[in-house]
Amino acid sequence: MTWEIVIGLEVHTQLSTNTKIFSGASTTYGAEPNTQADAVSIALPGVLPVLNKGAVERAVKFGLAVGAHIAPRSIFARKNYFYPDLPKGYQISQFDLPVVGMGSLTIQVEPLSGNAKPYEKVVRITRAHLEEDAGKSVHGATQGMTGVDLNRAGTPLLEIVSEPDMCSAAEAVAYAKTLHNLVRWIGISDGNMQEGSFRCDVNVSVRRKGEPLGTRREIKNLNSFKYMQQAIDYEVQWQIDTIESGGKIHQATILFNPDTGETRAMRSKEDAHDYRYFPDPDLLPLDITPEMLEAMRATLPELPEARRARYVNELGLSAYDAASLTSSREMADFFDACVSVVGNAKLCANWLIGELSAQLNRDGLDMAQCPVSAQQMSGMLARIADNTISNAGGKDVFRTLWAEGGDADLIIDSKGLKQVSDSGAIEALVDEIIATQADKVAEYRSGKDKLFGFFVGLAMKASKGKANPAQLNEVLLKKLAG
Amino acid sequence: MARGGFFILASFPSLLNKMINASLKQLADQLAAKKISSVELTKLYLDQIATHNPVYNAYLSVNAKVSLAQAAAADERIASGNGLPLTGIPIAQKDIFCAKGWRTTCGSKMLADFIAPYDAHVIEQFNRAGAVNLGKTNMDEFAMGSSNETSYFGPVRNPWNQKAVPGGSSGGAASAVAARLCAAATGTDTGGSIRQPASLCGITGIKPTYGTVSRYGMIAFASSLDQAGPMAKSAEDCALMLNVMTGFDERDSTSLQREKEDYTRDLTKPLAGLRIGLPKEFFAEGLSSDVGARIQEAIAEYRKLGASIVGISLPNTKLAVPVYYVLAPAEASSNLSRYDGVRYGHRADEYTDLADMYEKSRSQGFGEEVKRRIMIGTYVLSHGYYDAYYLQAQKIRRLIAQDFTDAFKQCDVIMGPTSPSTAFNLGEKGDDPVQMYLSDIYTIAVNLAGLPGMSIPCGFGDACANNTAMPVGLQIIGNYFDEARMLNVAHQYQLATDWHTRRPQGF
Repeated sequence: MTWEIVIGLEVHTQLSTNTKIFSGASTTYGAEPNTQADAVSIALPGVLPVLNKGAVERAVKFGLAVGAHIAPRSIFARKNYFYPDLPKGYQISQFDLPVVGMGSLTIQVEPLSGNAKPYEKVVRITRAHLEEDAGKSVHGATQGMTGVDLNRAGTPLLEIVSEPDMCSAAEAVAYAKTLHNLVRWIGISDGNMQEGSFRCDVNVSVRRKGEPLGTRREIKNLNSFKYMQQAIDYEVQWQIDTIESGGKIHQATILFNPDTGETRAMRSKEDAHDYRYFPDPDLLPLDITPEMLEAMRATLPELPEARRARYVNELGLSAYDAASLTSSREMADFFDACVSVVGNAKLCANWLIGELSAQLNRDGLDMAQCPVSAQQMSGMLARIADNTISNAGGKDVFRTLWAEGGDADLIIDSKGLKQVSDSGAIEALVDEIIATQADKVAEYRSGKDKLFGFFVGLAMKASKGKANPAQLNEVLLKKLAG
Repeated sequence: MARGGFFILASFPSLLNKMINASLKQLADQLAAKKISSVELTKLYLDQIATHNPVYNAYLSVNAKVSLAQAAAADERIASGNGLPLTGIPIAQKDIFCAKGWRTTCGSKMLADFIAPYDAHVIEQFNRAGAVNLGKTNMDEFAMGSSNETSYFGPVRNPWNQKAVPGGSSGGAASAVAARLCAAATGTDTGGSIRQPASLCGITGIKPTYGTVSRYGMIAFASSLDQAGPMAKSAEDCALMLNVMTGFDERDSTSLQREKEDYTRDLTKPLAGLRIGLPKEFFAEGLSSDVGARIQEAIAEYRKLGASIVGISLPNTKLAVPVYYVLAPAEASSNLSRYDGVRYGHRADEYTDLADMYEKSRSQGFGEEVKRRIMIGTYVLSHGYYDAYYLQAQKIRRLIAQDFTDAFKQCDVIMGPTSPSTAFNLGEKGDDPVQMYLSDIYTIAVNLAGLPGMSIPCGFGDACANNTAMPVGLQIIGNYFDEARMLNVAHQYQLATDWHTRRPQGF
């Protein structure tokens, strides 16, 4: 029996405004509890919400980036329910009329099973709407009591809802990663997953091939791609096992426990809230003028998809290299900066994807924290490109740049890494070796080609590693041929 | 010694009389001419409050120290030549406005101990103007009521007859103005809460166009209907009050961005050529004959002043009360969710878990009428009922507004009764909420349309066996932003008549 998996995502992205969506309180993460809770955040009697334009601009920017319809007029609604971390007793959100309508996102999927090939897929985005975050319950802060921290209450969120277009954990993770890259790329969110700036709810259902959609369960609040994959894998297997053993799936909200790798129901549909949505009378309808739309369009950078295509079509990079280089805005901008100085795109790509990325990984840093600037890096790469130093010499320079900083040319000088490209010097060196290794030369000339590497090694050693390898090869070949 | 002035004044009843019946303009002139100081005037009112409030219960909070400090500052400001029209004048603030450091209860046990940590925009405006906050006035709980009987702190009495209600929800303000316990007062009007008590207490009150006065810091009942306005002894006083209260406030998204205007600018214009629309629906069944007669007499007076009368119709008026009692409770049920016992306000002493804490805190903290409206509002917003109630009511609301738009093509102002009857007795309608709701039958449509409306005294109803003759109010409804004309229309009537100068015995 073949099973089909159906997955849709709801992603809450925290928008990178300095102040909250409906008040002037700061959104800085990690402050002492309730120090960023102003009168609006704690919902004092008589206070009113005022919409933060920066949040609207970011939502519009996102809509444009996914080619979505931007509603000329959208409405803020109240979602009513009681919870201690929800100070007003309702959350201001968008319901019937969201600011961003149907759009789409192209993802590159790398299947998890060994030999399947990477492929491209378009995931439809149903909508994206603006809303405010709730506060946070702090359990155990005071003996036997639950504390409430309202610093986060009123933080602007963009909830991005996808169509159920994904049919594997790999696709879901690829979508989440692409979206995560996009929101940071266009500068609407810092995407910090540890701090909750990018939280994913995953709706999962399974069905036998050709059957109607199964009942879905929603895995809440996943804040790591690894957990997302684990949670989906576990949940899919659980649903299949349940059905195959004669059980039924009931709609439910579930949580993933990373320690056990299992999912567990949080609440069932039976005790679902009636949120009593209605338009918030404290806020006017949100009108997006054509002028604002154009202004936002003008601020959009070249998007990852376009950049990837450009790298393949104009710079001749492989699809894999192009995808790696556009995995973050910082990486792509770093690459562009290097190419503009060095010229050799392939050389730059190899170094960024290879040595630089490896070093970042080793130190647990992301591109934004890279200690080597694009200027420093391209200074070094330019010297490889013009044959001043060898690739090995380049690694030496890079290690110094990473650890101590500085200027590539000065490091090359002080370390004496300049290659010997003087043909006279190389010829002299080779002549010397041929003279002292008569036996080996004879063996080589009688057909033992494999000895070539032995001569290269000797010559390199004699040049203290500084001989230009290409030139050395050329001279050796000529002279050994006799 | 500062207190000296107080005793000197009090010992001259005629001067006291002159001051507490003076118009705001006369008071400002007296203050400017140093005939009296703000401190003396404030003490005069505080003394009146101390004498009469135990009976009338118009004030919930008085803070003599704070008021007198404001008065002293006002005196300095006047002395330095920086006084504004209301500098040094003692104003009573409805207890719906947050005022920093003042207990702000909204008439509810829920907020019985709530000290506001910030000023409402209206309070800021009066502070900037240099007015003195004389105290916080009693009101129906969360402004839900038409008799001031739903206040957790007990009912207010009508100065014209202690057995009668003052109307509501701004009953404390109306009673305080009528009893001369303040120079003027603020009120708020969601379905008639300025105009109806003004009518029942024989004073002048105006609810401006929705969005004219910022709602920031004004405790919300029904956000799309709530609007603050002045309650005073005359239209001229209301105009001066409105000059202070209005103005764009970026903290209220529904505040209208308009040029600041002088509401006194048209007061003296003659009324010749004025077209007054009389909606036939306002003179149909349900209107007391004595009130109807006084309204007709007022209309006759307007004819004498040069106005012409146009018969109009507001066909959807009959739907105003039912529509209002869907929309206002719907908004209220959500607006009052914040009173959950978690952060401030009443919390039950004992509870078993979170749900129990919510239930007990809210059951204990809210009165019957508030609970009734939360229940209605929750019901009409519920899944499966939303379309039939809330959405339908919103559609009718637009039709009601359209009625007025059509009517204003034929007339400049609309007139009719403010309330179907004069003040009823305390407890008289307590058992029948629908009867109580009908006392706002003429005022509610104006809120639904967002139009400005006012009430001015125009005579007295019939005295019956156990009741003295009680005031009748004439309602004037204007087109959007036409407050200056309405005040002109009211002022010209008050120049020609003296109903607004009549006051209850003993005051």
